[in-house]
Amino acid sequence: MTSMEKVAKAPKVKEGVDQETVDAVQSVGEKYKYGFETDIEMDFAPKGLNEDIVRLISKKNEEPEWMLEWRLQAFARWQQMEEPDWAMVNYPEIDFQDIYYYARPKSMEEKPKSLDDVDPKLLATYEKLGIPLKEQMILAGVEGADQTPADGRIEGQAEGRKVAVDAVFDSVSVGTTFKEELARAGVIFCSISEAIREHPDLVRKYLGSVVPQSDNYYATLNSAVFSDGSFVYIPPGVRCPMELSTYFRINAENTGQFERTLIIADKGSYVSYLEGCTAPKRDTAQLHAAVVELVIMEDAEIKYSTVQNWFPGDEEGKGGIYNFVTKRADCRGDRAKVMWTQVETGSAVTWKYPSCILRGDDSQGEFYSIAITNNMQQADTGTKMIHLGKNTRSRIVSKGISAGRAQNTYRGLVSMHPRAKNSRNYTQCDSLLIGDKCGAHTVPYIEVRNNSSRVEHEATTSKVDDEQLFYCRSRGMNEEEALALIVNGFAKEVLQALPMEFAMEAQSLVAISLEGSVG
Amino acid sequence: MLEIKDLHVKLADEDKEILKGLSLRVPSGEVHAIMGPNGSGKSTMSYVLSGKDGYEVTSGSATLDGADLLEMEPEERAAAGLFLAFQYPVEIPGVGNMTFLRTAVNSQRKLRGEEELSAAEFLKLVRTRAKSLKIDADMLKRPVNVGFSGGEKKRNEILQMAMLEPKMCILDETDSGLDVDAMKLVAEGVNALRDGKRSFLVITHYQRLLDHIKPDVVHIMADGRIIKTGGPELALEVEHNGYADLLAEVA
Repeated sequence: MTSMEKVAKAPKVKEGVDQETVDAVQSVGEKYKYGFETDIEMDFAPKGLNEDIVRLISKKNEEPEWMLEWRLQAFARWQQMEEPDWAMVNYPEIDFQDIYYYARPKSMEEKPKSLDDVDPKLLATYEKLGIPLKEQMILAGVEGADQTPADGRIEGQAEGRKVAVDAVFDSVSVGTTFKEELARAGVIFCSISEAIREHPDLVRKYLGSVVPQSDNYYATLNSAVFSDGSFVYIPPGVRCPMELSTYFRINAENTGQFERTLIIADKGSYVSYLEGCTAPKRDTAQLHAAVVELVIMEDAEIKYSTVQNWFPGDEEGKGGIYNFVTKRADCRGDRAKVMWTQVETGSAVTWKYPSCILRGDDSQGEFYSIAITNNMQQADTGTKMIHLGKNTRSRIVSKGISAGRAQNTYRGLVSMHPRAKNSRNYTQCDSLLIGDKCGAHTVPYIEVRNNSSRVEHEATTSKVDDEQLFYCRSRGMNEEEALALIVNGFAKEVLQALPMEFAMEAQSLVAISLEGSVG
Repeated sequence: MLEIKDLHVKLADEDKEILKGLSLRVPSGEVHAIMGPNGSGKSTMSYVLSGKDGYEVTSGSATLDGADLLEMEPEERAAAGLFLAFQYPVEIPGVGNMTFLRTAVNSQRKLRGEEELSAAEFLKLVRTRAKSLKIDADMLKRPVNVGFSGGEKKRNEILQMAMLEPKMCILDETDSGLDVDAMKLVAEGVNALRDGKRSFLVITHYQRLLDHIKPDVVHIMADGRIIKTGGPELALEVEHNGYADLLAEVA
């Protein structure tokens, strides 16, 4: 069942970026290149959700009592909540009792001694995700693999550039790379389950402090059942020596993935964090309800980039990921900065609003987004900029691309509180339509409660024009190359905001996710 | 050599014939001009040859060095060596001119089974070509045709032509909207690409372009076909007398 897919080579940095887009279209035969399934023996908790499952998840993660209490509290709340229905998305009712809330590769139970002992299928999965062998060993938990310095990081990276990777496979973090090197800088980068055990003070202090347990239906569900995710702590004044990265992958069928990410940038620190997501092709929809909390102290800065490529469902809208995610950054100190960049190409349904709370004076929040929907995909996504402090700044650049019969909604809130004097927001919201059966919607909410702040909102809607396509084709590009070029041009401002290697991956993704949308 | 035989073309959506038995031969290395009154089908011919949607070929043929153009996709025609300089070049926001050129060059090379140019090779080539056309580096960085003046757009078309090295170039009213200086620059660019093998088909309303790009043969087109073929003097005749006499001759 896994023989059809092709291994996608990571693009080379030194070659021109745009050529990669074009190559990607040609080299990726399949419409969804990560749609492979790995046939690994899994350890499942029974389907459905009740207190026992919550206890089991907590126990499997060897959590302390306080964590279990926290989860049970969330679960109790969740039972009294109702699923929100205000977003412009339609999907069949989710039976929350028909989902596995915990799945873990069996091979994780004992640490393998060498690569030979690692479940080869797990390795094959990493290879397909484009993670190089050295990282594969570490992620597979081979003892000692992370002790020796590794060269030639993720293929195609600029020389000397390193990325530390944490991989989350279904519910479990299967390994984190470069821990030692990071530890020397004082950076903590590990799975959240490990952080709960090893750094309980930090976790207790910050978990749920940005996205409270009771924030919303999915966040509350996540608080009860999150199984793993990543934890990052950057100590005061430290510039994280490498990019940090997490790969999330949902593999097992009927499994929900509920990861929880907590990043704390202490005073004057800096970190750039990348998040990539994939899932296999399935006929049935899968649920993904993650929570990401960012805490940014005085003069600190976090850049958080996401390339979300969950399985979008097939042309008829069968299967795919339901992506209900709560992401929020809290600029707690003065002059704190946060930048969200997201490229959303996957998922059947996306419900996601990475937000910035600009609490500290002179703090800054930026949101750059590309959301591509094709076929039957639906996306309701945007951001919230909550200006609380004085002289706070925010910038929103949203590029929505709709093809097939997809519906793409930008929903954003800009709120200037009374104390947020002299604050500014600039919002640019562009929609691009491909074909005549898709929709683009823009729903901006603007609240200004002081006299000295300024809010600007610009919105455009355009169509990919036949004249543009013909012009490109008359110069030798095929239809898909031409479309990829035009769409990448449309989304350029956002692509430029991504770290280099992600920008290229994203460009290829733009091309791939629009396959079959013309002609 | 471009050879068009008895080509009949109608609009795809309505029953309106535009090309009515067009025949034309442009041997390699020659420069031919086509003149004709508005609505005679000149632009339609250039679109049909390059493969634009919206037209239906009902009969006839068009070949480039023996290869059937009408069977090919637009990009295959380009790779086979056909180039159309547009009357109204299209703007593509956000796509750098350089990126566009490189994608186009390498797409064609791929289609022809040739090795793609590396970034360095391409950069060297584009700089040389741009310099010889007096196109400054700034224009290469800007998005394709966005905010370009009329003259810049046409020079950009000629730059694309220089980069893609086609066998057969069709220039669709390249002089329209240009002042005398801009027209001279464009003509110089075209002349620099004349190498004895490359052919040109220059569609124009005015003799003055032909002062700068000297044609070997001039065709007069009216009502969807060529009604008269002659030397450069034919263009002068049109300039002095208009089309009325010629049209009367045929009628």
